[in-house]
Amino acid sequence: MNTEIIGIIITYVVTVLLAIPLAMYIAKVFKGENTWSDFMRPIERIFFKLSGINPKEDMNWKQFLKALLTVNLVWFVIGFGLLFFQAYLPLNPDSNPNQSPDLAFNTIISFVVNCDLQHYSGETGLTYFTQLFVITFLMFTSAATGMAALIALFNGLKTKTTNSLGNFWDIFVKANTRILLPTATIVATILIFNGTPASYSGKDSIVTLQGDGVQVSRGPAAGMIAIKMLGTNGGGWFGANTAHPFENPNYLTNAAESISILLIPIALVFALGYYLNRKKFAYVIFGIMTLFFLTFVSINVHYETAGNPAIAKMGISEPTGSMEGKEVRIGPAASAYWSIATTSTSNGSVNAMHDSLTPISGGVAMLDMMINALYGGVGVGFLNFFIFIIIAVFISGLMVGRTPEFMGHKVEAREVKIAALIALLSPLLILAGTALASYLFMQYPNADWAVKPGSWLNNPGHHGFSEILYEYTSSNANNGSGFEGLGDNNIWWNVSTGFVLILGRFLPIIGPIAIVGLLANKKYIPESSGTLKTDSLTFGAMILAIIVIVTALSYFPALALGPIAEYFSIY
Amino acid sequence: MKKYLLPSIKITIILSILFGGLFPLALACIAKLAPGKGDGVKVTYNGKVVGYELIGQKFTKDKYFWGRPSAVDYNAAGSGGSNRGPSNPEYLKQVQNRIDTFLVHNPTITKSEIPAELVTASGSGLDPNISPKGAAVQAARVAKVRNISLEKVNELITKHTEHHTLGPTTINLLKLNVALDELK
Repeated sequence: MNTEIIGIIITYVVTVLLAIPLAMYIAKVFKGENTWSDFMRPIERIFFKLSGINPKEDMNWKQFLKALLTVNLVWFVIGFGLLFFQAYLPLNPDSNPNQSPDLAFNTIISFVVNCDLQHYSGETGLTYFTQLFVITFLMFTSAATGMAALIALFNGLKTKTTNSLGNFWDIFVKANTRILLPTATIVATILIFNGTPASYSGKDSIVTLQGDGVQVSRGPAAGMIAIKMLGTNGGGWFGANTAHPFENPNYLTNAAESISILLIPIALVFALGYYLNRKKFAYVIFGIMTLFFLTFVSINVHYETAGNPAIAKMGISEPTGSMEGKEVRIGPAASAYWSIATTSTSNGSVNAMHDSLTPISGGVAMLDMMINALYGGVGVGFLNFFIFIIIAVFISGLMVGRTPEFMGHKVEAREVKIAALIALLSPLLILAGTALASYLFMQYPNADWAVKPGSWLNNPGHHGFSEILYEYTSSNANNGSGFEGLGDNNIWWNVSTGFVLILGRFLPIIGPIAIVGLLANKKYIPESSGTLKTDSLTFGAMILAIIVIVTALSYFPALALGPIAEYFSIY
Repeated sequence: MKKYLLPSIKITIILSILFGGLFPLALACIAKLAPGKGDGVKVTYNGKVVGYELIGQKFTKDKYFWGRPSAVDYNAAGSGGSNRGPSNPEYLKQVQNRIDTFLVHNPTITKSEIPAELVTASGSGLDPNISPKGAAVQAARVAKVRNISLEKVNELITKHTEHHTLGPTTINLLKLNVALDELK
């Protein structure tokens, strides 16, 4: 037990220590300074030439968004086709079938938007071809899309007055070749040498020691698993995700993967400091995020290692903690840590089944996704946090009776309206979706659908409600983890979460980019004694208060009906 | 949008060759140097493959150490947990049944000695491990059925207990059971 706590602390400290040099490197890459990875430059030039792209062309915020959205649309169309016809394509040793139209719709959206909500199991729902050319491909490119949006935001804040946010293609390709590809290669190699499959062999049939005939799924999984961690994607090669012993062979790989989840999101917060030369501001933001993160980790570690009281009542011993849905080699403490790392960052991979977490841990995981800005998804995490910053700037301005300013630009009605709309979007999508699904479940349990609403849930009562709430929360946050007991591979869930995924991804990208595009166009106002200092502890406390108030007001009633009510039923 | 459409399609094709084709292919080559050559590390008994080191197996016979309950019955064609919530009455009844079954097969054990892992399903349904406590409570049964001394069984448990600098102490169940069969 003690070494398990020490294990978590070491994992977190190593993550931060690795994130600092990575942040310096990321800032250098996007500033265009020389780095060790410049050997990639000729290759990138070939990419641009073949694609007919001029990487030096400046883009304003509208052009930037158009390029970003166009390429995402192309992925959606091609990917949908490949999933829908996967049975006819090569690299299908297990003869897996085509995806149904609604499942293909949900799957392709979910991977384009970096969510990886999986309404299928990897062993039977995909072929090696689609695992590699759709899923692995999108795990790189969707993360690079998020990073490109973030760098555009940095560019807008960096220059005093500008139209240009940089070139989308240039940032996007470099995010892939300079940051994601090298890190993914390292992590994949670690996994391979610890036993994760990487060959193209199909399922193996064996007779076990006791004499049962079983099959063992395999495949070229190592690379996909590495990028799924680093790119805050989270979709598993296998159905059980990172709880599967092939995806996560031992405690060491578990630590390496835990580090990979948080590495780039934390590095991007520090990169802001190096890129904009505002290190103190980056530390303040990092401090707020870390305060939330460590609080959440402590709560979940406490409840998971304490065990399930309903099981303790039966008179057996829970020496390590609650073990339902967990793995012996990882243990409840490291799984509790992971449950927060994965929900903080919109990663969504799991090394324990969240449906079986004790009530408060499950609730905190949901709360973490409702905030969705604590380190956050690659790139988009900070975009979400930026919305909280704008609201904090605005409210602070009102409190002292001055026109609010942020980094030398006046924040006016238009920007605040956009920020407020984006901030209200999450509660709308999550709560409206949950309300609608709950209504169907209660009023039409026997509706004549392929899967009747009455048989959606795997658990009765409050926990069943939590399954619904978790699914929409995870979709809106583009997280991808689930209370997987939910019967979600049917038209209602595939389509309704599909739309939540799209809105929950692109509006929170478009909003902040529009705000920063508008801000950057305005006249620069040099700092004076009347300027609100955004890199101060006071302002940090202000952001913290905004986050707490917005989330508490929006979600407390829903959380009270689910996890909190369940807590009081067994404790 | 039209201006960006053609470049979008072209860069998509190029990057999908890189990430869908070359990247996994390069890793498959690296894996040739790793144990198991990227196919997964196998365990053999009497020269025959009886399983994978990392993939748990079902053991129901009294002469073997048992592993954890599995939501997929240890068929690694798939994987997954039970997804039962902690307060689900049906689930709690199931755990109670497992406890009762365990006590019938291990009459010398008192209830409080049973570690939770032996009566709760793992996340993957393929957990290859149990803890030393999980093995200890079964030692008497295995010794009796196999007609060997308890010391001998305990010796094997100790030999197969893997202590790690960090993280839980584990026993690879398949290897432990293979070692039991090899005793003869």
